[in-house]
Amino acid sequence: MSIPAELQYTAEHEWVRIEGDTAVVGITQYAADALGDIVYVDLPKVGKTIVAGSVVGEAESTKSVGELFAPCSGEIVEANQAVIDSPELVNSDPYGNGWLFSVRVSSFGELISADAYAALIAE
Amino acid sequence: MSESLTLSPLDSIHRELGASFTDFAGWDMPVRYSSDLAEHHAVRTAAGIFDLSHMAEIYLVGPGAGAALDFALSGTLSTIPVGRAKYSLLLNEDGCILDDLIVYRTGDQEFMVVANAGNRFVAAEAIRERARGFDCVVRDDSDTVALIAVQGPNSAEILDHIDGLTVDGLSDLGYYRCVPADFRGTPVLIARTGYTGEDGFELYIPATDAAELWRAATVAGEGRGLQACGLACRDTLRLEAGMPLYGHELNVTLTPSQVNAARAVDLTKDSFVGREGVVAGTPADARVLVGLQSEGKRAGRADYEVHSNGRVVGIVTSGALSPTLGYPIAFALVEPEFTQPGTVVDIDVRGTAIPATVITPPFYSRKARA
Repeated sequence: MSIPAELQYTAEHEWVRIEGDTAVVGITQYAADALGDIVYVDLPKVGKTIVAGSVVGEAESTKSVGELFAPCSGEIVEANQAVIDSPELVNSDPYGNGWLFSVRVSSFGELISADAYAALIAE
Repeated sequence: MSESLTLSPLDSIHRELGASFTDFAGWDMPVRYSSDLAEHHAVRTAAGIFDLSHMAEIYLVGPGAGAALDFALSGTLSTIPVGRAKYSLLLNEDGCILDDLIVYRTGDQEFMVVANAGNRFVAAEAIRERARGFDCVVRDDSDTVALIAVQGPNSAEILDHIDGLTVDGLSDLGYYRCVPADFRGTPVLIARTGYTGEDGFELYIPATDAAELWRAATVAGEGRGLQACGLACRDTLRLEAGMPLYGHELNVTLTPSQVNAARAVDLTKDSFVGREGVVAGTPADARVLVGLQSEGKRAGRADYEVHSNGRVVGIVTSGALSPTLGYPIAFALVEPEFTQPGTVVDIDVRGTAIPATVITPPFYSRKARA
């Protein structure tokens, strides 16, 4: 189970890569595996203001629906069109081409380290 | 994983293959091995192998076995020839559905009833109770009988190549027929039945020999596209094929006519449990099972409401983005005025109204594609 050490995580199985004042957000491999083949993603619109902890989108697999939560407050800079067109990228490359959206951050919610996330999913 | 879950006789194979598991009616069963979609497409285009050992096998043996089933179930089973299978319903006194089952006539005085895992004890108890007074023995062998399904267009060729499997007349075995076979000295019942909408076989074998048969089938499947398949793709396959699933399209509050299963009820029989309820009829305003198809990618799912002009007119019982068709499909129970094919309703997909058109299942038919 891949949990890159350089990323931050949330208890909702999302990862966050902080690049200056911008955060790139995706779901973890653990979450993608648990959902199964993802066939549809609903991502927040560019320019939308989001609040940490709120539901901002969905990832649907053939079997179930996962909500996407905002790991931070701020404004959506980009939604990954490649994932909208090819949702399977979330399964095949969750930390790379399967990223979901980026946010200009005003404040973060509660983020945890890779080690803490590994401990969380081991429970 | 809860300690109380029952393990399949094939459990160690599934773990070797790296399956993900799900609690299905108290059994720890493979939900997928790698990709639901890849497994689904394998069954449509080549072949898949499934462990269905959670299914319940209940035997009736004796000169009165056929008559007992005629009384216990909705259809007439006593007259089917040896080697035939028939879909039937277990009804309660009110004519509502306790389970749906496949009955195989395995001998002149022997029948095997295959019930849903979640209804094993309800079905076994009801059949045992109803068979009292008939000259037969009822035996629940669910714990000792394993079930392996090989489904898909390449399944017949794969069965032909299973090393050590000896069967007469497999190529002539018609749909809903079954034939006894031998696998390395162990008796196997091979049935041309399934729950995927493709050609395929179900192999009933003693649990102790199931792993050996699975491995032999896997070897036979090499080069023939055989993919180990979990319950996730089984659900999307059966949904596309328009087959109901107990607990979703069927339950104890529904009558056969509500779910288009009246053909499984034989009212020419003088006496069977549920007859009075069926004859009394279903209320005219009772909801009816229909198929729904939509555009786009957002699927209705079980328990989502069906709306018309903002009013709730039904409920989705199963739904998915169809892997074969590429658009969302669903079963729904809707008010009678919304059952005409072509009627447009809305599915409330988590607050968004997604238009859906009523159709008559199946959504997918292999005959239509050929």
